[in-house]
Amino acid sequence: MKNRAKRISDLALPRQQRNWDGRAAANFIAGGAGGALLLMAAVAGLGTEATRTAILLGLVLIGCGLTCVWFEIGRPWRALNVYRHFATSWMTREAVVAVAVFAAGGLAFLTVWPPLVFLTGLAGLAFLYSQARILAANKGIPAWRHPRSVPLMVATGLAEGAGFLACVASLSSPLAGVWVLAGLMALIAGRAFFWKSYLAGLTADGAPIAVLKVLSGMDSKLMLFGHVLPALAVMAALAEMPGRNGWVLSAGFMVVASGWFLKHALVLRAGFTQGLALLHVPVRGGGTAGPAAKPGWKIMPDAKAGY
Amino acid sequence: MTRYVMSIDLRRCVGCQTCTAACKGANATPPGVQWRRVLDIETGEFPDVRRTFLPGACMHCGNPPCEEVCPTGATTQRADGLVNINYHLCIGCANCVMACPYDARTIVHKSHFSYGNQPLPSEAMGFDPERVAVSMKCTFCKDRIDEARITGRTPGIHPEVTPACVNSCISGAMEFGDIDDPGSNVSRLLGETQHYRMHEELGTEPGVYYIWDKS
Repeated sequence: MKNRAKRISDLALPRQQRNWDGRAAANFIAGGAGGALLLMAAVAGLGTEATRTAILLGLVLIGCGLTCVWFEIGRPWRALNVYRHFATSWMTREAVVAVAVFAAGGLAFLTVWPPLVFLTGLAGLAFLYSQARILAANKGIPAWRHPRSVPLMVATGLAEGAGFLACVASLSSPLAGVWVLAGLMALIAGRAFFWKSYLAGLTADGAPIAVLKVLSGMDSKLMLFGHVLPALAVMAALAEMPGRNGWVLSAGFMVVASGWFLKHALVLRAGFTQGLALLHVPVRGGGTAGPAAKPGWKIMPDAKAGY
Repeated sequence: MTRYVMSIDLRRCVGCQTCTAACKGANATPPGVQWRRVLDIETGEFPDVRRTFLPGACMHCGNPPCEEVCPTGATTQRADGLVNINYHLCIGCANCVMACPYDARTIVHKSHFSYGNQPLPSEAMGFDPERVAVSMKCTFCKDRIDEARITGRTPGIHPEVTPACVNSCISGAMEFGDIDDPGSNVSRLLGETQHYRMHEELGTEPGVYYIWDKS
């Protein structure tokens, strides 16, 4: 396809955001999964070594995500200023929770004392929730600010955490418990529900055409590789088919990979700006006003304004 | 109370970009960065096609989403309604850029000039290293507004204390003033016309009013 010269009118169209690149996406990808893994480690009732491995993996994931963000910000040596606006900023709250995660998580890793492991799990959940709210607070990006993006981000984080836990369990213990598998299955179903709900909500409430194209285009792949196939693998493990741990490992891997694919797409590919709009095309001379214009948007007739 | 706002008469704007150039001159923004710009939008279908010039910049919102998300407190709202950035606090995280529905904020990570790394004399005069790698946007020429408090002159009336874009507008499409003062030029103009604020449904309470018809 030929590239068309960019016109000044194009500035009114929603355009893909370029300020948060792969490094920011990595924080949502790894940090969300890490936070949820800490929660899963706290509630799964694994053995000491498996719990310790899961905690370490969760902390490493969160640490990697935050390090990536540190490399992205314009003035990294002022990073501690991030703690100055707890009253309304979810980024500040995420940073505060991160301190709690590493403090509790470090002690839990050393001692594997159940109350500390549980506290670490709660901090991990708070970290995941903070990340979901960071995205949703961005009113300039329609795909992020939709209220259903929060349950979607939390649901995919939890599913990824369970996926990681399934991988850890399959590699470190002879048999992953039935409860781990049942939990993974429930979280796969939950994520599928919240993904479909988010997509339907975004379509019904109106969104930039480019956003709907990106998200609709990945729907079938995400459903197949992120939900249907992992669910079949979990069922195979539950049915005690040969190579049980292999089924668990592959289910966990697919759930994690698909969740990361979803978050990568949401942050980078579907992160289109609002664009500009004319509520009324002005009267010129003796003519009449023209109809409203919102370039680049698909708006349903009964869409609610300003979700 | 004082609440400074801007009105832009879309019926008058001719898309000359003089305001864009005046803003660049007054604020020495880097190449490719325009705090004030005028978009040229075509709407409708043949034969009923219309062309509208839409000046845009920071809306200095009454409920600024950029201020809410800023983790450092660098973005604040002043008592007179101006949304301000403290470049010394900002870490350049770009959260405010994502939160702004008006595409008004920019981050330039490395200083560059019109002809490479060396600034022209005019660029050197206005270059502020504190604006590199942090968020920046239209300030409503806040230095001029601050001067008004000292000199007792009135923004929107006296050019020395009025934003550069408003002063430069060749068609008189832009006005600036205190909307809480019923006698201000902006208050009177908005009382006589039909106007709207962009993306008002997002709850941002923007401080820029677009006039589209007489009342």
